[in-house]
Amino acid sequence: MTPSTKATVQRAAIGSVVLLIGTRKGAFILRGNRTRRTWKLSAPMFLGHIVHHVVLDPRDRRTVLMAARTGHLGPTVFRSTDFGKTWKEAKTPPAFPKAPEGQNGRVVDHVFWLTPGHRSESDTWYAGTSPHGLFRSNDGGVTWEPFSSINDDPQYREWMGTVQDGTPDGPKLHSILIDPRDPRHLYFAMSGGGVHESVDGGRTWTSIVQGLEVVEGFDAATVTFHDPHCIRLCPTNPDRLYQQNHCGIYRLDRAVGRWIRIGKNMPKKVGDIGFPMVLHPRDADTAWVFPMDGSTVWPRVSPGGKPASYVTRNGGKTWTRQDKGFPRADAWWTVKRQAMAADVHEPVGLYLGTTSGEVWASRTGGTSWTCLARHLPEIYSVEAAEL
Amino acid sequence: MTVHIPGALRSYTKQKSEVAAEGKTLAEVLAALDCRYPGLRFRIITEQDTIRPHIRIFVNEEQVRDLSVAIQPDGQIQIICALSGG
Repeated sequence: MTPSTKATVQRAAIGSVVLLIGTRKGAFILRGNRTRRTWKLSAPMFLGHIVHHVVLDPRDRRTVLMAARTGHLGPTVFRSTDFGKTWKEAKTPPAFPKAPEGQNGRVVDHVFWLTPGHRSESDTWYAGTSPHGLFRSNDGGVTWEPFSSINDDPQYREWMGTVQDGTPDGPKLHSILIDPRDPRHLYFAMSGGGVHESVDGGRTWTSIVQGLEVVEGFDAATVTFHDPHCIRLCPTNPDRLYQQNHCGIYRLDRAVGRWIRIGKNMPKKVGDIGFPMVLHPRDADTAWVFPMDGSTVWPRVSPGGKPASYVTRNGGKTWTRQDKGFPRADAWWTVKRQAMAADVHEPVGLYLGTTSGEVWASRTGGTSWTCLARHLPEIYSVEAAEL
Repeated sequence: MTVHIPGALRSYTKQKSEVAAEGKTLAEVLAALDCRYPGLRFRIITEQDTIRPHIRIFVNEEQVRDLSVAIQPDGQIQIICALSGG
């Protein structure tokens, strides 16, 4: 596959940026003005709901989908077609098929990830769930159908393992990516369970874990041991992917065919463990990560209590620490895999939400950070969108 | 029979705390409820037809765990949101 001009038309935006924020206790919208200097926080939406992801449809800039559940009530998807003024619930939210009598069927605990479909498929959305499940909607999120080629495939079920095999908050299917040149070319990742690709719209799938490392003592040839945390596809070069993994930071150039651990170039005392990864909208060599402490019992906080993003501007050869504006010490929070995002302005704006309920922003590609909001519930996701 | 609706589900019932429903079994009652109040059933019953972990259903003050339980025409059904932590 060769990059086409269609994949390189991302121009710097001039509109205003909105942040769609999912938290453990509801969703919020932060609206910025055109200069991105002043911001206004909305009232909570679906207060009390556990909101894992809120995503604006870039194809119409009005439709918003929200993955939600509560402590009591089962998982669902809420849908707005007027940018959050009014909401309707999906008619048939993502759910596994009913198992035959006498067999144990799987139950969706929560919808974790939402991805709008290819720009040529205006009503298509994809969803990833916990436990691992891949779903598709062809009607803008009203009804959802499972991908049997993943959810019911014996090999994939083996790689998925059981609920007990997953991350502490349940195994996640995430990072559903669509090649901007081809709506049939899809990627997704599973924690744990590897990275997978389809070139036929999801009928068949291939694992792409070559070059990825696994926890010491385990066999890297076994897909189930691979724990990708966040995969991103370069908008300007869809043949390049970046990955923040349980075992390091990686880059994949499809022509090379194997993941390269670019995190080895991070400072040793910080390491290359984390959850989120964010890419520059126009430069395939520029990417950001937000490291966390992955030592001993995995505290999952900023290393040393000193938060910082790290940027590479050369595809991972070197990394630069970006901590200006962040607390200098005693800040024991981190950023989850869906809670860091970039806008498409020039210079690029970066945004992140913390496990302690703060939203931070940089209008300068991470060279300095300011806090936009405090005292929100634990933040699960931040998406930056243009209006 | 009468079905008592907890606060967490009243967005589906136009804030009614009690609604009438018909059916010979709990499964039929819940199906009838879902016809009138679309989406309500899936929030409390899984796709495998089991009651969700933090939901309790009582029929005439007796907790039930199986949707096949028979319901009398004058029965009382209570849907309860059990504690689920902070």
